[in-house]
Amino acid sequence: MSDYVSMWKDLGMDLENHDLLCQVLPTAVGDVFLTQENRPKGMDFWDLVISEVHGIRPKELIEEQKKGRKVFGTFCVYVPDEVVVAANGIVTGLCGGSQFWVPGGEAVLPKSTCPLIKASVGARLGRTCPFFRIADMYVGETTCDGKKKAYEILGEDVPLYVMDVPQMKREKDILKWKDEIAEFAKKVEEFTGNTITVEKLNEAIHIINEKRKALARVYNCRKSTCLPISGRDALLMMQISFFDDPVRCAQMCNKLAGELEQRIADGVSVVPAGTKRILVTGTPLAVPNWKLHNIIETSGAAVVCEEMCTGTRYFENLVDETQTTLDGQFMALSQRYMKTNCACFTPNTGRIDDILRMVKEYHVDGVIDCSLKFCCLYDTEKYSVSRALKEAGVPVLSLETDYADTDAEQLRTRIGAFIELLNG
Amino acid sequence: MIRYLIGIDIGSTCAKTVVMDGERQIQFRLLQPTGWSSVDTAEEIRRRLESEGFPLEDAAVVATGYGRVSVPYADKCVTEITCHGRGACHVYGESCLTVIDIGGQDTKIIQIQQGAVSDFLMNDKCSAGTGRFLEIMANTLAVRPEELCQMAAQGGGASISSMCTVFAESEVISLIGRGEKRENIAFAVVDSIVKKVASQAGRMSAGQEAVCLTGGLCGYPYLRQSLSAALGREVRTAEDGRYAGAVGAALSAAAIQK
Repeated sequence: MSDYVSMWKDLGMDLENHDLLCQVLPTAVGDVFLTQENRPKGMDFWDLVISEVHGIRPKELIEEQKKGRKVFGTFCVYVPDEVVVAANGIVTGLCGGSQFWVPGGEAVLPKSTCPLIKASVGARLGRTCPFFRIADMYVGETTCDGKKKAYEILGEDVPLYVMDVPQMKREKDILKWKDEIAEFAKKVEEFTGNTITVEKLNEAIHIINEKRKALARVYNCRKSTCLPISGRDALLMMQISFFDDPVRCAQMCNKLAGELEQRIADGVSVVPAGTKRILVTGTPLAVPNWKLHNIIETSGAAVVCEEMCTGTRYFENLVDETQTTLDGQFMALSQRYMKTNCACFTPNTGRIDDILRMVKEYHVDGVIDCSLKFCCLYDTEKYSVSRALKEAGVPVLSLETDYADTDAEQLRTRIGAFIELLNG
Repeated sequence: MIRYLIGIDIGSTCAKTVVMDGERQIQFRLLQPTGWSSVDTAEEIRRRLESEGFPLEDAAVVATGYGRVSVPYADKCVTEITCHGRGACHVYGESCLTVIDIGGQDTKIIQIQQGAVSDFLMNDKCSAGTGRFLEIMANTLAVRPEELCQMAAQGGGASISSMCTVFAESEVISLIGRGEKRENIAFAVVDSIVKKVASQAGRMSAGQEAVCLTGGLCGYPYLRQSLSAALGREVRTAEDGRYAGAVGAALSAAAIQK
């Protein structure tokens, strides 16, 4: 990554600390990904991106900023990318998936905050994430109390806009979210200096829909009983999709899906026949958090689907492309986004329906419901999720963990026992 | 030829070894402290087995427990959850039961249906409600764990509210400072473990099946008694309860072909 040192310096990053982070990543990538056999050729793209995750894409973003484009850093799948893209802006994910940043977050946040929030704040305050440095504006949302309060701290030195996500899904809540999207659009227009027209918004809706379809096409291949891609590789693809240009993301995912479809036709699987198939559900797994998938897949099972924000919640459901007024488009966006079943809503029975449907669609043998430590919302939902699965006769294992590796062996015991249970 | 099935359960506190013959009869039991090195313990066990007339060439070996990866001569590793489940079925002669294993560093609740694990719960990193908790509190009271349990039977009235072992120890020290009777403090310690374990067990479906205890605390009558009272169900113990993990490992060795 040495080519990027001057860029990082210009971004005002803490180079010394950032070097420490850069040193551990290649080992992690090697251990988790490169040890796998028979990987799809299409993964080369994501291997390259992850090997220079703080270089390749940040460099592109800076080039675009030089042309006058604005970069919006987001934290949640509820923030509508379409609005930003329609105003010729760029959306990027932000760092928050490594234990490396947690102590920095704990310096200002309560320890009993989820590691995702602590890591994000730590990455920002420690100046060791280029995406946080590059973003012209952060867009937050009110999906949990921890984030709401953290935004107040993050917003102290960069423009930060917070969208008010409803907590229920009544008709008036969908209307309210529509209004929030319309207001966000005004803010984006003001910030970029570009007007959002019906044509531009429809074009943006189409671009993001195509990205969703491409991601869904890869996931569709994972439904096959001949499993053409590991869970780890699919997760990496999914994680990087939050950072990539949406058009290129769709191209690369479609290319990968084409290869996977061919593998299925040829009967090429990455695991021996009879390997138990796991659906992972719960809180997001931000890059480079591969702990859970790695333990599951090195304990003799395969992850075939993620019902999470870094998974199906990101791409399921499309936005209606036939609207002819901005008002209609905002409503279409609201309707699509409000279908996403996040634990911040009450009631949230749609998530259980999703999980039960995915168990069937992905031929799942067992479900691992895992939440990040101190995520009260997903932790509480474990009760109803596991009850529904048990009623349906589907084995389920509930776990709670954070980014530290210290519980890896304890997780390995639980996950190992769960796989032994599935194998009978 | 395989003449013996050997199960080795290297726990955080004790290592348990069981040798079974082809008829699944236990021929030999070995209990020793794990010490600081699982590798050394595993080697000691190997030598002891040879000297007792159970050479490894004639045996299939399964290792379990947190030190299972440190047994280089094991033919296979199986998690302690599966082993405790299988072992408890054998020890208690039941095929449907709830197993409560109070181990050195963790407590497991295992549901068994038709002889196979159907569900399980395990405490997290925290050591509340484990053998280690009891050990630390016994140390603070300057008694052995079994003495603490005997004393607890004569006590009452006091309570410890902290789940954290370190904070709970401070509470015990406060009770000592206040001049509380040792029996009452011992009662509070056991009561705290029992409540924690009972709340964990309550999270599993409470059917009509037998509830059986495994692990090192099997031989403490007062603990069994107060756990039974907290659960409102008779908790069974057995002499071989603490060997359940090793017994399950030995049974798992039956599937090994050599």
